[in-house]
Amino acid sequence: MKQWLERHVQTLVGSLGRLWTQPFATLLTVLVIGIALALPACLHVLVLNVRAASGGWGNALDISVYMKPAATLEQARQAEKRIAQRRDVEEVTLIEADDALAEFRKDSGFGEALDALKDNPLPHALVVRPAAEFREPATVETLSAELRKVEGVDLVQLDTAWVSRFNAILDVVRRVVLLAAGLFALGILVIVGNTIRLDIENRRDEIEVTKLVGGSDAFVRRPFLYNGVWYGLGGGLVAWLTVTVVIALLGEPVQRIAGLYGSSFRLHGLGLEGNVVLLAGGVLLGWLGSFIAATREIRGIEPK
Amino acid sequence: MIRFDHVWKRYPNGREAVCDLTLEIGRGEMAFLTGHSGAGKSTLLKLIALIERPTRGTVVVNGQNTATVPRAKIPAFRRQIGVVFQDHKLLMDRPVYDNVGLPLVIAGVPEKEIGKRVRAALDQVGLLGREQNRPIELSTGEQQRVGIARAIIGKPALLIADEPTGNLDPDLAVEIMNIFKRFNDVGVTVLIASHDVHLIDRYGVRRVILEGGRATGGAEPEAMPDLPKLLAERE
Repeated sequence: MKQWLERHVQTLVGSLGRLWTQPFATLLTVLVIGIALALPACLHVLVLNVRAASGGWGNALDISVYMKPAATLEQARQAEKRIAQRRDVEEVTLIEADDALAEFRKDSGFGEALDALKDNPLPHALVVRPAAEFREPATVETLSAELRKVEGVDLVQLDTAWVSRFNAILDVVRRVVLLAAGLFALGILVIVGNTIRLDIENRRDEIEVTKLVGGSDAFVRRPFLYNGVWYGLGGGLVAWLTVTVVIALLGEPVQRIAGLYGSSFRLHGLGLEGNVVLLAGGVLLGWLGSFIAATREIRGIEPK
Repeated sequence: MIRFDHVWKRYPNGREAVCDLTLEIGRGEMAFLTGHSGAGKSTLLKLIALIERPTRGTVVVNGQNTATVPRAKIPAFRRQIGVVFQDHKLLMDRPVYDNVGLPLVIAGVPEKEIGKRVRAALDQVGLLGREQNRPIELSTGEQQRVGIARAIIGKPALLIADEPTGNLDPDLAVEIMNIFKRFNDVGVTVLIASHDVHLIDRYGVRRVILEGGRATGGAEPEAMPDLPKLLAERE
């Protein structure tokens, strides 16, 4: 076991040393892989941030509940209490008819017209904010149906249409990101595979000699697999660096825009988990690409 | 150690390199394989090292019928044979140490032991102290000796060599042959393909002469007429 480990570490370091002897070619390969990884990673960050930003517009899903005009303030308060006990409700705010009228008079400019009215035409109203985990369009719809059944309620109003549309668009974008990631992953496999194939072609004599003195395919292949791992790891690091730089460059202006809209939104990166996935993905793709190419190529090289 | 039983080898281009060859080389024996170029010497050695497989007939090496060795087992099979090539087949960009130690690295021998055995093998071919040189810095004769050190480091019971003295001047050739003789003296079976008749004559060992893919002279002990038996039968 110790020997096996020793041998692998030696091969790992050895293959790094060999790549180091051709810094330019290695750098090119690593950069191409890095860019191919960075593009979907950046798109993914974009989607993450859009979702985070839209999460801040939670009040868009607030439900307006209007009491019957005949309902008393007491009835409205009871309805408020009952609704507040629901577990899919985060907060209920009661807007008394008189307050509503006062506000409307102030904001609308219809003050004089309103003075002509004998009674307050506005009913008491409740603003219901669904709990965070119930803010999906479907669950909000269920909630509003339940609210309609509450005693004294006349009308329940919510506008989920645009939220649904927005989520649908986001779903499409997310799928596009996934597709792009898949295509780029395929591209990386091809790039690594082709690089490894050329590496093998350049070292054909050496492989023949190794096979002549009893080296198995697996033994010959091992250093090339490590080459692939190094390429993948290097590419992952380049991608990570790219994403980090992009976020650093965009962070400040985005925050300024958010500030103008009165939001405290800040641009987020991939996070620890995302970065680990990025690096691991690079390593895995590098390994897989070299595995496919090396297995095929090395099998074809036989001493003559 | 080596047994060829009615072996034929036809290459894909139709050339028949070996026809109906029957040959036996005993354990611990040393033999020269001679004949004109194209007589099938190289093919014979390739059949032993499983670089080629016979079209017909059986080749048995060290008790193993080569036809029963699957592709995946060829590396393990080759590790029990030391092979020396005319063109050395060294890794030119690696030091002598790496070249000679390669078979042991493949076999998974611990690093410490590899160092010891590389030095021992280099000592046997008279190149101790040249571990860190690159093959390019060595003369042709020295390169050939590196090739021999690599062939014997795995302590094979069988050593085969294809024109090991082909590119060497006579003095160096004798030196190389003496190295082979020394290994034979300690029990290694040695088979050397060579067309250098003058050199071969200096060693009183068996000669297998190939001609057109067949063994024609001094070949198999069983092909020699058993005179007493013949006489007895006649009576």
